[in-house]
Amino acid sequence: MATSDDGGFHGPSIDEFFPDAIFFAGTPFEINRIILIRFIAMLAIVLIFWIGTRRMKVVPGRFQSIVEMGLDFARVNIAEDLLGKKDGRRFLPLITTIFFVVLFANLTGIIPFMNISSNSLIGMPLVLAVVAWLAFMYAGIRKHPGAFFKNALFPPGVPWPLYIIVTPIELVSTFILRPVTLTLRLLMNMLVGHLLLVLFFSATQFFLFTATQTSIFYGLFGVGTLAFGFVFTLFEVLVAVLQAYVFALLTTVYIQLALADEH
Amino acid sequence: MLQTILVAATEGEAPANPLLPEPYDIIWSAVCFVVILFFFWRLVLPRMKKLLDERSAAIEGNMEKADVAQREAEAALEQYTAQLADARAEAGKIREQARADAQRIGSEIQAQAQTDAERVKANAQVAIEAERQSALVSLRTEVGSLAIDLASGVIGESLSDDQKATALVDRFLADLETADTSGKK
Repeated sequence: MATSDDGGFHGPSIDEFFPDAIFFAGTPFEINRIILIRFIAMLAIVLIFWIGTRRMKVVPGRFQSIVEMGLDFARVNIAEDLLGKKDGRRFLPLITTIFFVVLFANLTGIIPFMNISSNSLIGMPLVLAVVAWLAFMYAGIRKHPGAFFKNALFPPGVPWPLYIIVTPIELVSTFILRPVTLTLRLLMNMLVGHLLLVLFFSATQFFLFTATQTSIFYGLFGVGTLAFGFVFTLFEVLVAVLQAYVFALLTTVYIQLALADEH
Repeated sequence: MLQTILVAATEGEAPANPLLPEPYDIIWSAVCFVVILFFFWRLVLPRMKKLLDERSAAIEGNMEKADVAQREAEAALEQYTAQLADARAEAGKIREQARADAQRIGSEIQAQAQTDAERVKANAQVAIEAERQSALVSLRTEVGSLAIDLASGVIGESLSDDQKATALVDRFLADLETADTSGKK
């Protein structure tokens, strides 16, 4: 965290995301503060959905209704909407997992005392993007054995000389840029969101408690940065939900494109 | 190489690159993902599917029940309507019957009364005629004998000749009748 022990202002740095190890330092199983927060988010998923689906009733209670609403959102609005009932059911576990992992890991960014999203480490976005990449390739190869790569790289209906231009573009955009953009979109949203919040709140700290020793008017800046920090905290809630939706939706869209008969 | 970057970052010489994944980051991400995937795949989604199946079954069952109830209600209504129509027809028939009966009884009574009246009248006439006849007969005999007695007394002679006497009486009576009728006029 950026602090102002020596009286000067320290903005947030990228070192925010590389805190000291707590367990297993130096091994590939190192656990630091952010990894612990990731575990807490996953534990929250397990607890909420385990309790919420333990004794399900045909007429749901309040808690079950909320859990059902979340599951229905992933099932109806993402999977079945884009893939239809049959294929939607096939890929539903994957899509549901991606949606809730991203959502819960994002939300820790604005929960007090955690205040950082574990998706601002590249690991989770990258793993999920690779899974999405494998999923749409699996879907395509299963549906069109042999023809999937041909359709993807040499779209039918294009005059053959254009393949000189089209094929490299398709290769890069389909098989390289898709996972890269999935990873970077989520990573950068969470990383920058965290940096913004740290910036606002550390500036508030500086203006209210350090700079007021020089002049009381600096306190006004502190009030301003606090207000901005509050507004951006609300904004981060929106971003957290939106990024989870976008990640799950794009994964589904890629699977849908791979399953489509014509590219 | 990652280790050196990390060390350099902690010493504040060069910032760590957030785009380069740490091995522990990848490992824990993959573990979390796999755990949550199996959790949803094997536990949550089957439970949810079971619930949805139960719910649609319950809804279908209720609809079936409602259908049966509807059909029963319709059948009952039909039955009641039929019964009501029957009852109405029955009532109409009874009313019609009653009216016909009343008419018949009325006319019968009227006829009976007329017959009775006529019979009484006829009886009365017969009785009157009989009375008259008997009166006439007895009067005639009595008047005859009286007259003969009187005449016998007057003329002092017995009018023993019956034939003559009878003729005389008859003539007398005829005269009397003539005088009577002319007197009445």
